[in-house]
Amino acid sequence: MMSIQPVNRLVTLSLLIAVQLLSVSSARCETAEEKGLQIAIEADRRDDGFGDYTADMTMILRNKQGKESQRAIRTRTLEVPGDGDKSLSIFDTPRDVKGTAFLTFSHKTGDDEQWLYLPALKRVKRINSRNKSGSFMGSEFAYEDIASQEVEKYTYKHIGEEEYRGQLCFVGESYPVDKKNSGYTKRITWLDTKEYRLQKVEFYDRKNSLLKTLTVDGYQQYLGKYWRPDTMSMVNHQTGKTTTLTWRNYSFQTGLTDKDFNSTSLKRVR
Amino acid sequence: MFADRKNIPLSVFCSILLFLLLFSADSVSALEANGELSGQGFLFTEDAAWAGQRDVSVSAAATLELYHDLTDNLQFTLEAFYRVDSQDANRSHGDLRNAEFLYFTDDWEIGMGMGKVFWGATEFVHLVDIINQTDQVEALDGEEKLGQPMLHVTVPRDWGVVEGFVMPWFRERTFPGKKGRLRTPIAVDTDMAVYESSAEQQHTDLAVRYSTSIDNADIGLYAFTGTAREPVLLLSLQEDSSPVLYPYYEQIGQSGLDIQMVAADWLFKAEALYRTGQSRSYAATTFGFEYSFIGIGDTMMDLGVLGEYVFDDRDQGWLPTIYDNDIMAGLRLVVNDMDDSTILVGLIRDVHYGSTIIAIESSRRIGDSVRLNIDASFFIDLDREDPAFSLAKDDYISLELVWYW
Repeated sequence: MMSIQPVNRLVTLSLLIAVQLLSVSSARCETAEEKGLQIAIEADRRDDGFGDYTADMTMILRNKQGKESQRAIRTRTLEVPGDGDKSLSIFDTPRDVKGTAFLTFSHKTGDDEQWLYLPALKRVKRINSRNKSGSFMGSEFAYEDIASQEVEKYTYKHIGEEEYRGQLCFVGESYPVDKKNSGYTKRITWLDTKEYRLQKVEFYDRKNSLLKTLTVDGYQQYLGKYWRPDTMSMVNHQTGKTTTLTWRNYSFQTGLTDKDFNSTSLKRVR
Repeated sequence: MFADRKNIPLSVFCSILLFLLLFSADSVSALEANGELSGQGFLFTEDAAWAGQRDVSVSAAATLELYHDLTDNLQFTLEAFYRVDSQDANRSHGDLRNAEFLYFTDDWEIGMGMGKVFWGATEFVHLVDIINQTDQVEALDGEEKLGQPMLHVTVPRDWGVVEGFVMPWFRERTFPGKKGRLRTPIAVDTDMAVYESSAEQQHTDLAVRYSTSIDNADIGLYAFTGTAREPVLLLSLQEDSSPVLYPYYEQIGQSGLDIQMVAADWLFKAEALYRTGQSRSYAATTFGFEYSFIGIGDTMMDLGVLGEYVFDDRDQGWLPTIYDNDIMAGLRLVVNDMDDSTILVGLIRDVHYGSTIIAIESSRRIGDSVRLNIDASFFIDLDREDPAFSLAKDDYISLELVWYW
């Protein structure tokens, strides 16, 4: 690769474009990588145009001994055309963190931007979001798991199709683009072939051994188009700890705008 | 309820607010109440340096928070606080931290009442934070603030946020009393406060601020004119000819700058100010970094490393500060367990005098709604010339249980 001359590089580039054009017209010719990408793009396309939504989330942390701890979080999400979503998460419980809020501007490329609002001090703190492998509030979900899942954040490889819990699924591997800061070498995902909804994810750690499994349940359709789950369960195979997210009160196209996701609105969040 | 009698107009003001609130509370469902009850104990491990001080103190505090959505665009928030302390009469005090009506639209908002505003970026020294007075008896680190009566207009735009403040009433700083630790060698008598302005507490203070985000940086710039939050402490003799310190509040002008910036794996923070009106004009700055190690040793724990520096060019003879030329280092361990356990160990070292302060803050949740905080501070090799010397014998361990309801 290093020895390729500029002219050759141009040729390679046009060849690549030709291959991509070809793959759109005839699926038979595409590679596993292209098919994986096509599936990811299609899944993303099917969620286009949701505008905004709000939902209430309960997060239940459970350790190996069965001890539980619960957090109640309200979420607001705004679709940003051409870029990643903006989102706001507000903690209602535990009571000592009530009113704490996370504001995230996710981006298709480059690092997300993130701020933390501490109500007791009325202070907005910038967070370095590059270290995406860190635990989100002590849960088994890393920041990169709860962040907006943009197509551009991974590269893909289609593995095949198999039945999972009564549905035919695309099975594919995805690899984080930001290898240095992700906690994973790869993820294996199961998407049902009918609606392109995420059903299961296996996460492989930096030593390439199975770290966690996410299962997604209870999909319901909103506005006749957008599918959202009721439950997401993350099991950490290495520690035996689990985190379950349950979602209630989904509400779409509530009229949120950019102005509900700035530092001024962050300070009056309730 | 309010400790110093000069605050009587405040109580009247608050009663009016409460009255308004009750009358408008037609939809009870929108009223939300919660609060805190806490017990705290201090154990000072060395014999007191100054007459009257005690080695052990206990206290209890309560906070009531009310929140009410009057309409879709009008909120009312109230936060009332009261503490009773076994030793220090000055620490037995109350305050309205917040009692504010906030009217907002997408294009502007206006807040009226007792408000709280934080400006700043760094972790150790809060140089530029100026709107609210420090509740010094609550915490040595200056992070506890008194409510400030204000009219606060905010105009958010794509190019940044412009804010204006009109503050018609001044809040005096609290100081530990004669029996309190962590104080000046001679206790400050807050009842003897004097002002440069003939308007005294009724001087109208003004501030404007512009803040914006540019790429990976959050930047704030402000100008303030009004009564200094930080008083000069002057010496006087009482009738029985015993010495006493009294606060003298001057008129100042101050401009300030604060920056928080993300660069690769680092977080950079900086604050700077220029102040006129307290002896000679001077500048001060503090800046530093934070770097986080995520998932250390294959655990869920994150370790943050903090490094900061402060330089303050004020007239030390007139307005002494312990943070004149100091380096600060800290380690913050976030355990990421169910109980949100954290431990912060900080070290502050005076470059000139070599005086060192070590501060430890640890915290964890117990059950669903109780939090245990254990803090300690150690004052090591404090130089006689260093203004921090008066704290030399005040090493302490404190334990606090807070119940949130």
